[in-house]
Amino acid sequence: MIFDTNVYLSRWPFRRLPNDETPALIKKLKQNQISQGFAGSFDGLLHKDIRSVNQRLSDDCKSFGSGTLIPIGSINLNLPNWEADVITCHEELAMPGLRLHPNYHQYQLSDDKVKKLFAMAAERKLFIQIAMRMEDDRTHHPLMRIPDVKFEALPDLMKQHDQLQVTILNGMKSLRGAKLTSLTESPNLTVEIAMLEGVGGIEKLMKQVPYQQILFGSYAPFFYLESSLNKLKESNLGMEIEQQIIWQNARKRFFVTDS
Amino acid sequence: MIWDLHCHLSGVDGKTVDERIAQLMDYADRMGVERLVFFMGWPFLTDPTPQEFRKQNDDVMQAISHWHDRAFGFVYLNAKYVEESLIELDRCVKNGPMVGVKLWVATRCNDPKIDPIIKRAGALNALIYQHTWFKTGGNLVGESTTSDLALMAKRHPKVPLIAGHTGGDWELGIRAIQNSPNVYAGFGGFDPTAGATEMAVRTLGADRIIYGSDIGGRSFSSQLAKVQGADIPEVSKRLILGGNLKRLLTPILNTKGINV
Repeated sequence: MIFDTNVYLSRWPFRRLPNDETPALIKKLKQNQISQGFAGSFDGLLHKDIRSVNQRLSDDCKSFGSGTLIPIGSINLNLPNWEADVITCHEELAMPGLRLHPNYHQYQLSDDKVKKLFAMAAERKLFIQIAMRMEDDRTHHPLMRIPDVKFEALPDLMKQHDQLQVTILNGMKSLRGAKLTSLTESPNLTVEIAMLEGVGGIEKLMKQVPYQQILFGSYAPFFYLESSLNKLKESNLGMEIEQQIIWQNARKRFFVTDS
Repeated sequence: MIWDLHCHLSGVDGKTVDERIAQLMDYADRMGVERLVFFMGWPFLTDPTPQEFRKQNDDVMQAISHWHDRAFGFVYLNAKYVEESLIELDRCVKNGPMVGVKLWVATRCNDPKIDPIIKRAGALNALIYQHTWFKTGGNLVGESTTSDLALMAKRHPKVPLIAGHTGGDWELGIRAIQNSPNVYAGFGGFDPTAGATEMAVRTLGADRIIYGSDIGGRSFSSQLAKVQGADIPEVSKRLILGGNLKRLLTPILNTKGINV
């Protein structure tokens, strides 16, 4: 069984992807032992009607997911009345977490609105996922050059809410060294492996990040799912650590009743 | 059968090239990769002098010397130094163990000054790997686009040429070489973006796509996934993972007495 913390539904704006219809994606996930996963929405990147984005996401997960995909709502802090979207995600749609794209929504984690969001999330026991990037910046559409999210403000944000779980998505291609180490000093900060590169990627990552803070993520359907599955083989993990990374770390952190 | 077109002696610990290649081979074994092509030493030098590219090639030749049945080398050349490159080509390929040519970012490949190198490599059956990218925001001064390679390919229609990284932005790169039958898509060194292989097979045909990893900056995992995960026939996967590279290297490997 594998828990995939990094799946997207709806359509990537710049091209069609294989398996970008929810039934096909779920079939692909199940064929590869992905038992459950967190799904956000590509529509959350650019749409202004975030409430509808999250409603469609929730409906898709219910209609096709059969418990496989758990919807994670998008929040855009630069929209008027964004707080209402948080309330909707939590109270109406029963979403357990929120997915942020600060770079596409043009704010920094140091903005005051982020402090307010973190406080709301902590109060409501929601977790937060932050997508560092969506694609290699060398291949961006020339009209949309989106810088990576900067995480310098994140440690202080997390210190204010010691129970809040935060995951960085799509961060492992460029987040390395001292920056990564300082972020993962907080045990409630997790990273996932979708964009992890380099031979023996996970075993090398474990030299910097405790394995308890590493999650399986595929970035399906944007990435070939086999990429992250292969990483489990390329690194010499051992069964116990592999099970932690592919399943238990997520279950322990995001499903309190499992503990 | 998996042959990897695109490998570097980086991404692993080790004070010597022998130590590094041994570790890389361990990872290759885990992933079922049988044969690997290495080029460029380290650190990477974008515009090497003849002395520097000779040193880099010495590093690669040393690295592959204990792995002659599994590791091959391409000679790293700089087209700003044509005469020195031709001498190096003879040293490393004609009279040495290397089987191809690596051209990186010192100068754009459409400059006709490069032609003697291409002709000489063709005469030796040395497979040419030209780095290419379409970078949003612009390439480096000497960095070729895949369109540059397509133009150069017209001047050398009988010489097989690899478009490195398929231009990075593969949607553009695939289009750029669509009408260049002697140009092959090198599929290593860009994100494992779903749909890339399917588009390449539709547009170019499976016999013009070659798997590569770009280890050690990349992983076998992400790059193999581009082929393993693609919705294409199994016979096409076999061509891309090894059959095409084997076919292209067979003439020079036979010349060097290496069992194919």
